[in-house]
Amino acid sequence: MSEWLAGAPWMMLAIMLPLAGALVAFLLPRHSALVGLGAGLLTACAALAVMLQVAADGRQAYQLGGWPAPLGIELVADGLSVLMLAMTAVVGVAVSVYARVYLADSPDKVRRFWPLWLFLWAALNALFQAGDAFNLYVTLELMGLSAVALVALSGSGPALSGAMRYLLVSLLGSLSYLVGVALLYHAYGTLDLALLSERADGGLQLAVPLGAMIAGLLLKTGLFPFHIWLPPAHGSARAPVSALLSGLVVKASFYLLLRLWFTFTPEGQGVPLLLGSLGATAIFWGSIQALRQKRLKLLVAYSTVAQLGYLFIAFPLANLEPALAWGGSIYLALSHAMAKGAMFLAAGSIMTQGGHDEIDELDRVVERMPLTLAAFALSGISLAGLPPSGGFVGKWMLLQAAMTQGSWFWALVIIVGGLLTATYVFRVLGFAFTKSPHEHERHDVPATMEWTALVLALGAVLLGFAAPWALPLLEGVLP
Amino acid sequence: MKTRDAATEPGLAFRIGLALLLFAITAGLALALLAEPVAPGVAGQVEAALGDSGAKNHVTAVLLNFRGYDTLLELAVLTSALVGVWALGVAPDIRETTPSPVLLGMNSVLIPLAPLFCAYLLWAGASRPGGAFQAGAVLAAAAVLYNISCRRPELRLPRAPLRPGIVIGLGVFIATGFGVMGGGRAFMEYPAGLAGGLILLIETAATLSIALILASLFVGGRPEGEP
Amino acid sequence: MSSGLLFACGGLGLLAIGLWALVLRAHLIRKVLAVNVMGSGAFLLLVGAGSMGETGVDPVPQAMVITGIVVAISATALALALVLRLANATGKPALPEDRERDLMDEGGR
Repeated sequence: MSEWLAGAPWMMLAIMLPLAGALVAFLLPRHSALVGLGAGLLTACAALAVMLQVAADGRQAYQLGGWPAPLGIELVADGLSVLMLAMTAVVGVAVSVYARVYLADSPDKVRRFWPLWLFLWAALNALFQAGDAFNLYVTLELMGLSAVALVALSGSGPALSGAMRYLLVSLLGSLSYLVGVALLYHAYGTLDLALLSERADGGLQLAVPLGAMIAGLLLKTGLFPFHIWLPPAHGSARAPVSALLSGLVVKASFYLLLRLWFTFTPEGQGVPLLLGSLGATAIFWGSIQALRQKRLKLLVAYSTVAQLGYLFIAFPLANLEPALAWGGSIYLALSHAMAKGAMFLAAGSIMTQGGHDEIDELDRVVERMPLTLAAFALSGISLAGLPPSGGFVGKWMLLQAAMTQGSWFWALVIIVGGLLTATYVFRVLGFAFTKSPHEHERHDVPATMEWTALVLALGAVLLGFAAPWALPLLEGVLP
Repeated sequence: MKTRDAATEPGLAFRIGLALLLFAITAGLALALLAEPVAPGVAGQVEAALGDSGAKNHVTAVLLNFRGYDTLLELAVLTSALVGVWALGVAPDIRETTPSPVLLGMNSVLIPLAPLFCAYLLWAGASRPGGAFQAGAVLAAAAVLYNISCRRPELRLPRAPLRPGIVIGLGVFIATGFGVMGGGRAFMEYPAGLAGGLILLIETAATLSIALILASLFVGGRPEGEP
Repeated sequence: MSSGLLFACGGLGLLAIGLWALVLRAHLIRKVLAVNVMGSGAFLLLVGAGSMGETGVDPVPQAMVITGIVVAISATALALALVLRLANATGKPALPEDRERDLMDEGGR
């Protein structure tokens, strides 16, 4: 198996296959859906091949152009990268299959969706495997531009203003990151992350650029109070696009934040405490706002704001319990990607069925679409953190990290957050069983759409069982 | 003065707070800038490896050989921006106005010279400042000048294929990256003897694409007739 | 004070000016211009910092700036196309929270 795997440079293929696919999909607009789906499946296979390589042989590196760092650019895949690659592959394939059917009746949207989605996938794979700080900037920009164009694809007024705000915030975040890269190169003479971690030894020269980069990435991740752009953008995009944005794109900037944190291992308790506090605020603020929403997609978008807060709880806990805290945070990110993806896909099916997504007008939709509501409920189970879901494993690890340190505050935040998540999920489920006094249109929803959402949600729920295999991959990555 | 505006404009307190924040950020960045660098940059290694790179200009060597992957992704960013702009809608109508004689006179000189500048910049990029992006930008500027002059000549040109031209830059870049991989080489590892020729090939295709993309970005939307 | 340091500080100044305008101005084209000014500031910082050393001119910051300029152009083009569609769809080239504000500086602030 190892020889067969070593036969092809899967790391590079995972990036170049979607890029080439995007070009072909753009070149042949009439066949873009087929090209898109085919390229997507090939990309997922390449990503999984990288994962198998790393699982068998450990950290992999690939020198592009044959030049070693710091002269050239290196691709690096370690345990964290492949977990992210696998997450992208799973959610990507599910959303691709869903989008093929969802967009089938708007041929002009079909032609534009697939090249942009493949560019986004290429950017994500390139980001997760990048080992060079400036290369990461270019991948961030590719990701941002494709994501903005995908949001604007629906063409409505709210979608356009959501896309505009998202673009401005994204550009501000990237520029902040670039300023950090400029100062790092000025100070340490290299852009390669591994060499930077060797040469950097703290002080103002490291703290200021790292601060700039982290600030930019916090903007792009949408942590409170930088989350203003997130609900309008995710809530007004088409359902498959929202699934991609909430599931994958915000995870990419969070991954980069983690990568920088692990590379430079900053000391001091101030910043981790700040990040944890902002995370806690995000959980409460996001959950309360989610409860107040009248539209389903906005509720799910605010749920993303809340769940992103969980990811940052690991920072104050990681000093004494790094393996538990970081492992929990990463596992939460993985399961959130699948659960939130499934939730947005389910919301899309509900909206297709009824022509609207008003929560209190759901009108016993469970009778017409039981699979979709099951998908929604299962995603809710993962988000709320019930066993055996991936969300449960992540939250359990964070709870353990908090309790072994005696940090009752963070433990309380985690538990209360889970209760709040359950509240807004059950609110939707409650209305799904209630008859509404108004009449609504009824459309048929293709079975594929319902099944992809359900499979993705099942994946999130069963992700807990993959933990014994996935978590050891993180050894050697965590500080 | 409309008092309604005064209520929604950011107030003085906000502006003072923002000014203080900006001052703090700038001061922090300046302090990091003034600190003594820990290690020198990569300039020495570039100089040492310049002979194998296929270009005599340091920046071109970095852009198209040592860090060619960055340039590939940057070309992807440019292409994806065009795909995004085309996805937004049809190109807005240009109001047909009488162009000024200054514009027409300038065009009659600049537009024929532009391909010459473009070819020179492309060729010179190997040994002097220049290269695909600069050449493509000059050609795109000529296209923009032509566009805003609102003069449409009575030529019966066949419909030129726009999409292949847009795609060819990134396509050739990726294809040569794969093409050199025979013989155990890595992606984009150009053999030392062929590197100069391959770089020129990539830059030529990229020039065409960049010119088409930049000109199309100026138009601001999908041309009519494009699906 | 070397010229490299001067340019780099000029870059920092542009970053501050751009961020000020990005936050405070309501008209979307002004916001896009502000992002461009910030981008120019970042590039100036890169090149200025690159030429602050004594070992001649470093080609890597220059390559980074060339790449950055192309990326900035792409982003600006997408942003302007978006502003155009938004203005056509909603009547005003402004984000929903800025719609009631003074877009054309008629109040003279």
